[in-house]
Amino acid sequence: MNRIQKLFADKKKDICNIYFTAGFPNLNDTENIILNLEKAGADMVEIGMPYSDPLADGETIQKSGAVALKNGMTLPLLFEQIKSTRQKTEIPMIMMGYFNQVMQYGEEAFFKKCQEVGIDGLILPDLPAAIYEADYQELMQKYDLNNIFLITPQTPEERMIYLDSLSSGFLYLVADASVTGKQKDISNNQITYFKRMKDMNFKNPRLIGFGIADHHSFSTACEYSNGAIIGSAFIRALEKSNNLEETIFDFIGMIKKGSYV
Amino acid sequence: MLEPNIDQKKFDVDQQGFYGEFGGAFIPEMLYPNVEYLRKHYLEIMSESSFQNEFRALLKDYVGRPSPLYFAKKLSKEYRTKIYLKREDLNHTGAHKINNTIGQILMAKRLWKNRIIAETGAGQHGVATATVCALAGLECIVFMGEVDIKRQAPNVARMRMLGAKVVPAKSGSKTLKDATNEAIRDWINHPNDTHYIIGSVVGPHPYPDMVARFQSVISEEMKWQLKEQTGNENPNTIIACVGGGSNAAGAFYHYLENEEVKLVAVEAAGLGNETGHSAATSVLGSKGVLHGSRTLLMQTSDGQVIEPYSISAGLDYPGIGPMHAHLIRSGRAEVFGATDEEALLAARKLAMMEGIIPALESAHAFAVLDKMTFTENEIVVVNLSGRGDKDLATFTDFFKF
Repeated sequence: MNRIQKLFADKKKDICNIYFTAGFPNLNDTENIILNLEKAGADMVEIGMPYSDPLADGETIQKSGAVALKNGMTLPLLFEQIKSTRQKTEIPMIMMGYFNQVMQYGEEAFFKKCQEVGIDGLILPDLPAAIYEADYQELMQKYDLNNIFLITPQTPEERMIYLDSLSSGFLYLVADASVTGKQKDISNNQITYFKRMKDMNFKNPRLIGFGIADHHSFSTACEYSNGAIIGSAFIRALEKSNNLEETIFDFIGMIKKGSYV
Repeated sequence: MLEPNIDQKKFDVDQQGFYGEFGGAFIPEMLYPNVEYLRKHYLEIMSESSFQNEFRALLKDYVGRPSPLYFAKKLSKEYRTKIYLKREDLNHTGAHKINNTIGQILMAKRLWKNRIIAETGAGQHGVATATVCALAGLECIVFMGEVDIKRQAPNVARMRMLGAKVVPAKSGSKTLKDATNEAIRDWINHPNDTHYIIGSVVGPHPYPDMVARFQSVISEEMKWQLKEQTGNENPNTIIACVGGGSNAAGAFYHYLENEEVKLVAVEAAGLGNETGHSAATSVLGSKGVLHGSRTLLMQTSDGQVIEPYSISAGLDYPGIGPMHAHLIRSGRAEVFGATDEEALLAARKLAMMEGIIPALESAHAFAVLDKMTFTENEIVVVNLSGRGDKDLATFTDFFKF
């Protein structure tokens, strides 16, 4: 049982998973951000690998990635930062990014390195399920990495079942047809979709992401799932921050309790 | 030309959407339903007789096809060989791009989509898309890099004249790659009503194959035109420029399996491949994923996409279509690079010698005539993919008119 599976075994509700772009706002903030997130009450972190061409991301994450790359973030440096952070925490850590970087690093070398530094799972939105199944599933299992697939409101039902069967750790339910970071209220259509997903009885737990930005959207998402993923809203908070620790505590407090502490 | 392939051919796309190791559909789940629906239905839709009749009629009466195959007498004399020009520059809107947009707008209607998006580099594909949207009465949004909007102003005006909305892509290098990213993001945000008309043989499967099939009318015509003019439907050599590679795909298509016909792809070498200012993907690139397909692309050792450079906005792209990646890596096609300056001089030569001003993209294909050796009886077809009206500002600057 890796750290992600252990988390879901221990905690069934209100799981708070926070995404941030590695190397933003400053090159060496990774450890600081992860440790403070844990202290503030986040249950899991998703470490974004900044990429030049992030197709599924909206402006906020695009910009943070551009800043991170400008700051000098690279995969070898990020692995070092994660390795050092892992000495100090047992929080489940996931890396999220685009498949090209994994290919260029060398797929097996990448998976191996992930295990070595203490990564528990991967989200690679542009890795096709069929290719994962044929070429990478065994390899990722070998290195004890969970692979998390996305499901959207448009995903056909039989494909949802297929993606659930291929996923391990949890399923990432994309809340709305959009790139990341679009803020709007959760609509009735979305609630219907969340309920439908709940009734699908997937083998994996479900986390809802995309457009989750505040206490209201977080708690609504949590009503119909095991928890939620927040990315762009957190990055917007970091953008304005003068004091990372304070910003992170305020942000997690706001998400969980509905008010700044 | 449009029947599904029953026998697997060596250079054709396979059932999974791969050309050898290149191709596939590396897309986020948000795009899956649209791309998968298209994959399941494109061949069937394209082979319907109502589709074929409409497509053929528009190519003939609206685009002005067949485009002439012109024996360039003076150019032939200069290079001591027989050079024929496939005149895609004479198509309506001035380039080969319209062959694909006509096909895709008919496809979009059969998919019940009423909102069309497209990316454009030089603006030729944007104009060709705006044109067919006007024709079909569909909403049209074209994404164009902010840098390209400035260097291709006449085409921006043409798109607006045709009723399209031109949206500047402000991310990354603000050129074709980023316009493509923005178009894909828009498609993610509009999964139900929108069809994305990709302008080249790039993107997730089935796009490269679908676009190649629409463009294959170029080599289909070349066959009977050559037969008529030379007695043999096969040339010795076909030369075409390659950015994403749609005009080359069309010019090569019906000769892919006939390995006696030499295929020459010409990439933009910008200021020279060694300068760091180039777009010669097959030389400078390595295997990776760009815009939904596994192909060759220019990238750093850390897998970040490198901003390419070419004076020609249409070739200023860090990737290459997966079919071309396969043709080049398997040795079926030979690649040359032509620098900005070589292309400009080749454009001038064609203008002065044959009275034809080529697009800067197409001029790259002519530049390799100087780099190759030909025999006297060799038949060489150069695909003249577009006309140079849009590039007059660049020509004026360089030649100081």
